[in-house]
Amino acid sequence: MSNTPNTLFDKVWDSHVVRKIADGPDVFFIDRHFIHEVTSPVAFLGLETRGIGVLFPEKTFATADHNTPTINQHLPVEDPLSANQLLQLEKNTGKYGISHWGLGNPKNGIVHVVGPENGITLPGMTIVCGDSHTSTHGAFGAIAFGIGTSEVEMVLSSQCIMQPKPKKMIINVNGTLGKGVTPKDVALYIISKLTTSGATGYFVEYAGDVFRNMSMEGRMTVCNLSIEMGARGGMIAPDQTTFDYIEGRELAPKGADWDKQLAYWKTLKTDEGAFFDQVINFNASDIEPMITYGTNPGMGMGISKHIPKATEVEGGVATYEKSLDYMGFAEDDAMIGKKVDYVFIGSCTNGRIEDFRAFASIVKGRKKADNVTAWVVPGSHVVEKQIKDEGILDILTEAGFELRQPGCSACLAMNDDKIPAGKYAVSTSNRNFEGRQGPGSRTLLASPLVAAAAAVTGVVTDPREFL
Amino acid sequence: MAYDSFSVLKSSAVPLPIENVDTDQIIPARFLKATERKGFDDNLFRDWRYDKNDQPKADFVLNNPTYHGKILVGGKNFGSGSSREHAAWAIYDYGFRCVVSSFFADIFRGNAINVGILPVQVSPEFLHQIFEAIEKDPNAELEVNLPEQRISIVSTGASESFDINGYKKHNLLNGFDDIDYLQAMKDEIVSFASNR
Repeated sequence: MSNTPNTLFDKVWDSHVVRKIADGPDVFFIDRHFIHEVTSPVAFLGLETRGIGVLFPEKTFATADHNTPTINQHLPVEDPLSANQLLQLEKNTGKYGISHWGLGNPKNGIVHVVGPENGITLPGMTIVCGDSHTSTHGAFGAIAFGIGTSEVEMVLSSQCIMQPKPKKMIINVNGTLGKGVTPKDVALYIISKLTTSGATGYFVEYAGDVFRNMSMEGRMTVCNLSIEMGARGGMIAPDQTTFDYIEGRELAPKGADWDKQLAYWKTLKTDEGAFFDQVINFNASDIEPMITYGTNPGMGMGISKHIPKATEVEGGVATYEKSLDYMGFAEDDAMIGKKVDYVFIGSCTNGRIEDFRAFASIVKGRKKADNVTAWVVPGSHVVEKQIKDEGILDILTEAGFELRQPGCSACLAMNDDKIPAGKYAVSTSNRNFEGRQGPGSRTLLASPLVAAAAAVTGVVTDPREFL
Repeated sequence: MAYDSFSVLKSSAVPLPIENVDTDQIIPARFLKATERKGFDDNLFRDWRYDKNDQPKADFVLNNPTYHGKILVGGKNFGSGSSREHAAWAIYDYGFRCVVSSFFADIFRGNAINVGILPVQVSPEFLHQIFEAIEKDPNAELEVNLPEQRISIVSTGASESFDINGYKKHNLLNGFDDIDYLQAMKDEIVSFASNR
């Protein structure tokens, strides 16, 4: 081995290359594969067509989340197409001996919530799923990214995919975050600076005080959103916060195995002087609570600011104007005070216990605004139980909110949780694309604190007023 | 072999001069409920193509018979967002074999090649020339030559080379896919796994 300083990313990537193809991609070994009902059925069909099987069924984990109802989960799923997808997942996993946490299973929930929660996601691993927010698992110092269905079929049949190694970017955020500034705001701030394609072709490492001092839930929120600036994934070096989170979880290593793995995990950090293709630095004190005003996650700004003019932003004027027109906003509008019709808290971005604690910290002792319909959707049954056990449900109920059952819900609106056309939703999810939360829906991405402030006032409100 | 092989494609093109065309526009999530690869072409660009009563919107390019062809030309950052391969299936099944843009999102680019669509990344200047040529003559043809890695505007003779790695090029030229390759090296993978 050479003594060249390596990045965290290099260490994990290089140890998973089965074969390097000249003028081609690496044959890349996958430690953990998550599947769900939407992007897996065609992959299983492909296996059948080719007459090949699943190579390592114990390395794949299935959960139903994208296409599940968030009420009355004990009843049969009404939509026949959704019901069929869930049935196919059950059949396919049963046939090949893959563990399956379907609807009603106490371990069921959003794939990127339940993986870490059960100790499946570990430092130094390579993790893929047919879902772009697989980048979430990078919070543990894993290389984790979303793949297409052809690649799902590759992983099922060979535990490998073919990937060219991305370039490396490090994003340092140093200093102290201000009041009311959450991990979601840090991520939306970075994306607003880099744009929605600014990190395409790169794998990102997040470093600096802000991430070092962040909880695992917060790190997951940040890594989750890496894809929204085009990065394949983002990762954070594992540390004591990581190890404390993992220890004792059901599928995490135990005893001597734990000691051995822990020793390895402690080597997973970027060496002094290691090379990055791009180095980006931000100051924590420049970040305020964020909100988006357009139709991609890069169109975000500090909540107290006014919508930029087309001439002040990167990209074509026509595309920018189309976007503002869709949103029903104009250049130079203030976001504060804009009417809100819906509030959604949940998703793989902000559906963990810390997010509901933050939400409850503002709604406590207040009432939901009459003009707001709120969907409060935990990321998993485990989170749902925590919400109940910690008394958060009582706070929510008192304030006029109802708790729904776990799932991806209104983040992508595959189920019935659709924002109606023309309505405005402050959403803790990850995408504000046209129609993302239902045909014609208008999404304002924000943190759980901003969502809570909107939910109790009925308009876009600076959450710092309540803190 | 999962798709038709690709060599030289000469065709008119459909222009979509919008930036950041995301996969939710290419195929909205509510159309991802199928368990087979069927019918996705009907919902390609669904909400730009049809109004809420499922009537075609006259101002959308796919509803304008003036524009046709096997090449789709999009603005910068084409295919951003979700990893849904359904986006690539919808484009392929509609009849496009090549997407041209000045910049592609990573996952979409990979999915496109895996289903047999050639993503051709050109300079912003050349993209502009293509849009101009189509505006001038909707029947203007582009020639995409994979063996030579070159895209040309037939009427003006302007051309530019494009990148693709040798492995993927070989696959597309022959209609091979990655699963064939991986199946052939299974022993090596099993041995790698057992040494971990």
